[in-house]
Amino acid sequence: MQSMIKAMAGTPPHAHHPWPRRIVDADTWSALAAQLAEGRWTLAGLWGDAGAVHMALLDMSRGESQGELAVASLPCPTGQFPSVARRHPPAHRLERTIADLFGLEPVGAPDDRPWLDHGRWRVGHPLGITTETSGEGAPYAFLTAEGEGLHRIGVGPVHAGIIEPGHFRFTANGETVVRLEERLGYTHKGVESLMAGASLERAARLAGRISGDSTVAYSIAFARAAEAALGIEIPARAHWLRALMAELERIANHVGDIGAACNDAAFALMHAHTAVLRERVLRQSSACFGHRLMMDKVVPGGVAIDLDRAGAEGIRSLMATIRQAFPPLIELFDNTASLQDRTVGAGILSHALAHQYGCGGYVGRASGRAFDTRRDLAYPPYDSLRFDVPLFQEGDVNARLWVRIREVEQSLGLIDQLLEGMPSGDISVAIGHGPETREGIALVEGFRGDILCWLRLDPTGIVERCHLRDPSWFQWPVLEAAIEGNIVADFPLCNKSFNCSYSGHDL
Amino acid sequence: MRKLLFESLTRAPLTEAPPDMELADIAALATTLGDVARRRLGRSLSIREIDAGSCNGCELEIHALANAFYDLERFGLRFVASPRHADVLLVTGPVTRNMREALERTYNATPSPKWVVSVGDCAADGGCFAGSYAVVGGVSAVVPVDLHIAGCPPSPETLLKALVALIGHVSQGARAP
Ligand code: SF4
Repeated sequence: MQSMIKAMAGTPPHAHHPWPRRIVDADTWSALAAQLAEGRWTLAGLWGDAGAVHMALLDMSRGESQGELAVASLPCPTGQFPSVARRHPPAHRLERTIADLFGLEPVGAPDDRPWLDHGRWRVGHPLGITTETSGEGAPYAFLTAEGEGLHRIGVGPVHAGIIEPGHFRFTANGETVVRLEERLGYTHKGVESLMAGASLERAARLAGRISGDSTVAYSIAFARAAEAALGIEIPARAHWLRALMAELERIANHVGDIGAACNDAAFALMHAHTAVLRERVLRQSSACFGHRLMMDKVVPGGVAIDLDRAGAEGIRSLMATIRQAFPPLIELFDNTASLQDRTVGAGILSHALAHQYGCGGYVGRASGRAFDTRRDLAYPPYDSLRFDVPLFQEGDVNARLWVRIREVEQSLGLIDQLLEGMPSGDISVAIGHGPETREGIALVEGFRGDILCWLRLDPTGIVERCHLRDPSWFQWPVLEAAIEGNIVADFPLCNKSFNCSYSGHDL
Repeated sequence: MRKLLFESLTRAPLTEAPPDMELADIAALATTLGDVARRRLGRSLSIREIDAGSCNGCELEIHALANAFYDLERFGLRFVASPRHADVLLVTGPVTRNMREALERTYNATPSPKWVVSVGDCAADGGCFAGSYAVVGGVSAVVPVDLHIAGCPPSPETLLKALVALIGHVSQGARAP
């Protein structure tokens, strides 16, 4: 951290917790971009603000469980900033988004096409100095691939299954994918503009609806950023209940998706069984917390509902059910040659890309990147719990599924510990505000990976600016690389094994 | 695998009793259904799901309809991959400006008679996303809606009740009371 802060050599702005923020000049900004490219830091976020850009950097140089985070901010009085993507490609889509939403120009950026703005909003730069636009839609120049016998296949935004919308443009040589280009932004709802000027309560509800499958993780990220900004300590029991909900959410998503991926490999039996397990988790969550997905149950200041004795018993028996039902399914997964034939060696993501992009969650952990916020930037109660971070090296569909299988087992162990050691006492504290402008940041491990939340509150406790960065920002781009050389028919399976969020990315 | 399959033969099914089919807001729908529709559709409906900008929460619960507890298909309801095969469009989300055209085109690609069911509080009027520069509003701001299912997200049970009632009305050609 000391080295990172020294590298920034700027002045600190408002109170900013728990990690530092420094205002830097353009030279320092560019130097940091160069250090990102060298692999010295990992890019954890890049977002716009009124007349400024911010960049969150992760430093893992002190080793496992000693991660540090810092934010560098560059004022842009002329509406321009030196492009980070010019040196460090993972910044690409983030910079295009800053240009779309704020009208700030990344100078020297290799790709100046709009990203979330499809020309339909009737307003340009909705979060910056706005301009009026026709709203009739703008043509989009897809990248080209040239050669004899190449053909293009466009898919989406409406897909064949019950999934979120996005467009995929394949260039194929026969059956083999030569290039995949994603076009996203279809579910852009303008969440960050709705948050500006909102009360903490309303902003928390919006945060819980950025990606429905990760509603608990998002709510924790938002609440932690708010609590950090306001310097609030929440009761220990609230931390533990949050983690309980987060691990239930992780298990529900992992078991459901493991089956769904097998289904995409034409192995429906697995799906039928894991869907039952997922349903059991959701029903128990509803019985304990009053909502199947546990939406709005984590709130700034603590949690909205306590766990009673019957609820704890219900979760214990659910754990026993999963422990009995899960292992035979895993054995089946491991012993079905037709399934292995599809998953082994398909959609390989290299270690180099996983590290360069700072891929979180099972995407990174299946390609040798051992990062888990719960361990590496531990927050309560994980700092007092025992668990492993499963790591695989192969980087294929199979490895991504194995990480998720192993994580289910870890979550079962975590829930045992949570029920066992649950402290008694209050479940929330009152939230105050001010008296001055305050800022907070949080990094929280959702099932898909690390979610970043950055928040600025005005002296009356109203949200001035809130940015939420989904793990998918650093996973979608590498899916394009992982699919190269695979056959088009394997795309649904590869895509499912990444399982990136559309809504979380599009915001 | 044999053991798993064998156990499924000997164990009682998980599938639960069909839901109670009384649902007040279905009544309004009945008026839109004629005799022709009844004869053509019989007792089965093909559903095409469209995410017009949802947070994905509604999709998760629509997915759950296929699990062994709800087993949607026993009611003659099935999800199809193309709007051209669909009788019902199940639409979620506030309709985003970026999805508006795709929704219109999917609607136009669906042959008549067709019904649109909007799912979730966002689909009613934009929900908590209403008022954003990027959101048109509810589904009915873009295509005509026959039935709305409320909830954030609606539970699979609520979804099932509404869809079973829908098929009941379609097959009986019932009129609103
Ligand atoms: S109704 Fe709720 S669950 Fe459904 S899309 Fe809207 S916010 Fe998500």
